[in-house]
Amino acid sequence: MIAPMDRPASTTEARAQAAFSGAPWDEAQLPARRADDHDDLLPGIEPERTVTDWGRSERVERLVDRTAADFFYKYWFRVEVEGIEHVPAEGGALLVSNHSGALPPDAPMIAKAVREEHPQPRPVHLTVEHFFKGYPGFAMLLPKIGAVPAHPANVHRLLRDERQLVQVMPEGRKGTEKLYKDRYRLRRFGRGGFVAAAMRAEAPIVPIAVVGAEEAAPIFAQVKPLQRITRLLYFPITPTFPHFGLLGMFGYLPAKFRIRFLPPVRTERWGERGAEDRGLVQTVAEEIRALIQAHVFEMVASRQSVWFG
Amino acid sequence: MSAAEPRGPSRRILLTGLSTYWGGRLAQELEKDPAYEVIVGVDSNDPTRELERTEFVRISTQHSLIRRIVQAAEIDTVIDARLVVDSAFTSPRSAHENNVIGTMNIVTACAGADSPVRKFVFKSSAHYYGCERDDPAYFTEDMERPHPPATPAERDIVEAEASVRDFAERNRDKTVTILRFANGLGPELKTSHSQLLSLPVVPTILGFDPRYQFIHEDDIVGCLEHAVRNHVPGIYNGAADGVLALSEVIGLLGKPMAPILPPWGTGLAAGPLNRLGLRLPVEMLSQLRYGRGLDNRKLKATGYRYRYTTRETVINFAEHLRMRPLLRSARQPYQYEREVEEFLRWSPSVRRSGTDAGKAWRPSPRQVAELQRVLAQLDAADPKLSTGRRPDGGHASPVAEYDELEAAELVALLPSLGRGDLEALYQHEFAGRRRRPVLEEIDRLLVPTRTADRR
Repeated sequence: MIAPMDRPASTTEARAQAAFSGAPWDEAQLPARRADDHDDLLPGIEPERTVTDWGRSERVERLVDRTAADFFYKYWFRVEVEGIEHVPAEGGALLVSNHSGALPPDAPMIAKAVREEHPQPRPVHLTVEHFFKGYPGFAMLLPKIGAVPAHPANVHRLLRDERQLVQVMPEGRKGTEKLYKDRYRLRRFGRGGFVAAAMRAEAPIVPIAVVGAEEAAPIFAQVKPLQRITRLLYFPITPTFPHFGLLGMFGYLPAKFRIRFLPPVRTERWGERGAEDRGLVQTVAEEIRALIQAHVFEMVASRQSVWFG
Repeated sequence: MSAAEPRGPSRRILLTGLSTYWGGRLAQELEKDPAYEVIVGVDSNDPTRELERTEFVRISTQHSLIRRIVQAAEIDTVIDARLVVDSAFTSPRSAHENNVIGTMNIVTACAGADSPVRKFVFKSSAHYYGCERDDPAYFTEDMERPHPPATPAERDIVEAEASVRDFAERNRDKTVTILRFANGLGPELKTSHSQLLSLPVVPTILGFDPRYQFIHEDDIVGCLEHAVRNHVPGIYNGAADGVLALSEVIGLLGKPMAPILPPWGTGLAAGPLNRLGLRLPVEMLSQLRYGRGLDNRKLKATGYRYRYTTRETVINFAEHLRMRPLLRSARQPYQYEREVEEFLRWSPSVRRSGTDAGKAWRPSPRQVAELQRVLAQLDAADPKLSTGRRPDGGHASPVAEYDELEAAELVALLPSLGRGDLEALYQHEFAGRRRRPVLEEIDRLLVPTRTADRR
């Protein structure tokens, strides 16, 4: 799988594979500055404010982190983390993982893992469907805990200009609405938009495999008519929803979570031009999907109990 | 980084929308700079601010006769600050007349190779981007709105900007700047947002806490002035640093937030509130739901520095709200009165007093012609007089036309003369009719220069 770095790869596959060489992080460099970057002109930080320009509230985030996130991470899911060192300590990086659950518990657990285990804890920006920006309640709460709508321009600004960690779930709602019988089979990775975004920002992609979320929030059926009435993204039947009401969305089963951070895929070698090459983008996206799928299968095969790991 | 104007700096300015808040403020700023020889302001309403030398011409909302003004006054810079962006203060029909037809007429008036106009600054609005669920968190200048405009006001702005961009395409020899401003906020600016935030309890939509970015009223004027003084072709966003959550804005104002508007059927609920006097235009309702942010770095890269951040803008507005009950009775609003303004600009009886020594006084064309004739004759009579040197004892021969001028009329003309001419006139007057007021006035005008000489 390793291709020499200095020699231009001839085929798209070879070029795509060149990135999966798993180079250690100390070699990684921040992208070179460009004339049109203007990142020195970003608004300064006003210390009196407790809400960022993205709508993220320190207070709300700390409150959720110390109560719900802490409880689920430490006692309910008993999360085990491997390879946290693959998350860069500085510069932008795109965290890509598999995705499941009606109100998916995997995304906040990955963000919590970076805060808990990383030697230099950094905030993670979760990208969520635009739908949530238009739904009352979600629209108010999600930005407060660090969610941003999954617009390519938002991802680019966070990665390139603000050099932040951004988490994307390329399966999107195809992942969260899939039924329990399809568990751990990754859906299509969209159209590879996340790869193009990382290439444009010259930011590395960190693939992540999560096991446990499928059993924590199984979905038995989707009810289309109720979805229309409530105007939700989908209307799932889970062990606790809808008969326990909206709070039933949080009725997770105590499955054991394992999160494996994989060696980062370096995108700066393709440069910005890589993003224009649809074939390359598709190949890299498929490659990352296959990698996560392989690790998910391996982790599922090696676990002895759904509940105790 | 701001480059110098390649086609020469602006001298003769036409400002549309003189009676809008920023139009008046901009005219006041430009008046202070003697580099701008002529400032003509047009609008369909009376000016709302006191102006010194800006000439006001009332025209219809369609601005159909503007070409004649541009040609006659040899305007080189047109600042179009006339766009109506707040649909609460106008009807859709008159907004369309002003925004679409007006822009079309102004752009046509400036077009063509024979037009004296070299520079065109267009004040647009962030409503160009709209406000929708699928928006990015920050709009940059090259972004298009995700869906076609849904409200008449937004449609008009998109159409107006399209005609300006078409004008820029066809007239590549002219500098065209488009400024898209975020919601303005400030002590004197009256918008539907400032009205909403002035309420004792601020109504919001239940379950939403949108992101808000404002621009201070001073920065709106500052951005426009920046575009006039510098060479900044292209499209720029004008918005202060920092995007605040609406809850943060209301917190800074020290008011309670009342989520009384329902998330569904918001438009229906806004109807009765409209009747109660609370105007909630459609554009504002969508901002209260989704919010909007602009990337302001492109304008900053041209050298403009904002005086206020969004947070400081809100704090400034909050201070004003606290002071307003005290100020309300104290200040008389300015009332434009044509006769008074014309008297102040043209009457020979107006003298420059000490208090408005900094203000420019301009003689009328008739007076200038008269004075030039007099000076030419003085020159012909004695060439030494106009050189500025004090003539050694030589008496100038009396000039009949000069002596026919009334003393008061002469006094009014004196401030527009140079030092050399003043001294020549002093000699002539001293040798001739020795009118006291004239001699005293010349003396008074010469004193500063004389003391400077001694030093």
